[in-house]
Amino acid sequence: MRRDPRDLVRYTAGQRANHWIVGISFILLGMSGLALFHPAFYPFALLFGGGTWTRILHPIFGVVMGVAFIVMVIRFTRHNLMSRADWQWIGRIGEMVNGNDESMPAQGKYNGGQKLMFWLLLLCMLLLIPSGIVLWRTYFDFPVEWVRWAAVVHSATAVVMICLIFVHVYAAIWVTGTVRAMWYGTVTRAWAKQHHRTWFEEVTKLKPRSE
Amino acid sequence: MALQSLDIQARSATTTPVPGVRETPDLAKLIDISKCIGCKACQVACMQWNDLQGEIGHNIGSYQNPHDLNDTTWTLMRFYEVEPEANRLEWLIRKDGCMHCADPGCLAACPSPGAIVQFSNGIVDFHQENCIGCGYCITGCPFDIPRLSKKDEKAYKCTLCSDRVSVGLEPACVKTCPTGAITFGSKRDMIEHAEARIVDLNERGFAQAGLYDPQGVGGTHVMYVLQHADRPELYGLPKDPTVSPLVELWKGIAKPLAIATMAFVGFASLFHYVTKGPNAVSKEIEKEVEKEEEEQA
Repeated sequence: MRRDPRDLVRYTAGQRANHWIVGISFILLGMSGLALFHPAFYPFALLFGGGTWTRILHPIFGVVMGVAFIVMVIRFTRHNLMSRADWQWIGRIGEMVNGNDESMPAQGKYNGGQKLMFWLLLLCMLLLIPSGIVLWRTYFDFPVEWVRWAAVVHSATAVVMICLIFVHVYAAIWVTGTVRAMWYGTVTRAWAKQHHRTWFEEVTKLKPRSE
Repeated sequence: MALQSLDIQARSATTTPVPGVRETPDLAKLIDISKCIGCKACQVACMQWNDLQGEIGHNIGSYQNPHDLNDTTWTLMRFYEVEPEANRLEWLIRKDGCMHCADPGCLAACPSPGAIVQFSNGIVDFHQENCIGCGYCITGCPFDIPRLSKKDEKAYKCTLCSDRVSVGLEPACVKTCPTGAITFGSKRDMIEHAEARIVDLNERGFAQAGLYDPQGVGGTHVMYVLQHADRPELYGLPKDPTVSPLVELWKGIAKPLAIATMAFVGFASLFHYVTKGPNAVSKEIEKEVEKEEEEQA
């Protein structure tokens, strides 16, 4: 669906569905995982049918997210290769955060911060998946010292990932006109020109007015 | 399992005071390995009192049977054939089971409120109705004691017969021991009793005889008299057991640090929005884009 025929397509339906599967499973994982991590969050266990159900479901959500995340990495890696310009953008992130983005260097489909986020999230998943398997006592029985390491790695990485996702979600809310790309896949031309000028020029050249 | 409720000293995953107005004396079980003949009466008494019948296993060429602790075997006679000195064979037999640590790693690791409690008499008890089956207690234990049942995915271990003790009886294993190798009473009395046993053993040629009451876990409420207290590994016991530093990290500083970090990032985002406002598309660029469209039209 396009609200305006001149809107630019940023995500296909498949990409959006993929992102939603990752997003929903992340929220379920975050809440069930926090319930198992700190008594302050134990009430979250009620949302999953109690402590035992939380323990049963958490790793199953993990498998869903792991698979969906890997598919997403395959789809998006080529858009997230870091260039020198991306590092320069990251070096000037202070201006961006301050709200003075007028003089920031022109960006492609993703800016340096988004690309860095992509790689950090991938790193988190590469730590969370194996440590999660080691902790999954229903099906696996690893030496206890491995399990101890896995518990530390899994919980520390999870907290880092939750913080990264806070930043990811907040950035989408902060930059007006972004969240709709997650819902129906399009952004306005003005949005693209302001935030991703290089990408705007690429796609508008490819898709002339007479499309 | 237990019937007491007013003499709780610590409760898993609980950050507020626990019902603890009733004070009970510090109790301990003392196992004198030099007096043990390996008859397994304690193992049988444990099964009988707790009404547990394990599956019939296989003989693996040892008197040790079953091969390991499990959900229905909360105490197990372990048999060790060792040579503390060359050409001097000793058959060491140790009754294995929960040590009831003063500083229990299982309780620290448990994420489920009230699934593990420590009573003021020192007994560390699992309340299986609150157990969620995650196995974190196994991760926390320095003695490799708790076992997850394959039948119900709950963790089980020795209760030190908390049900018997709460009504003034000694644990079933103590009651049945035919040689007096297992004694039960106040921890102070048990240490005194052990000291007399150690003097006796010293006179009988065991110069290194001593008490196993490891301080790394704050002392234990199950203690051993060992003929070779300088080498507890001969009996399959860790020399200086402590709750693993990894578990201390995971269940200690990591928890408040995690909350502080997540709260900081969350509130920083909120206040960023409140102070800086949204990053909206500028009117200028909107006009530019409109103009380009008109030109193309």
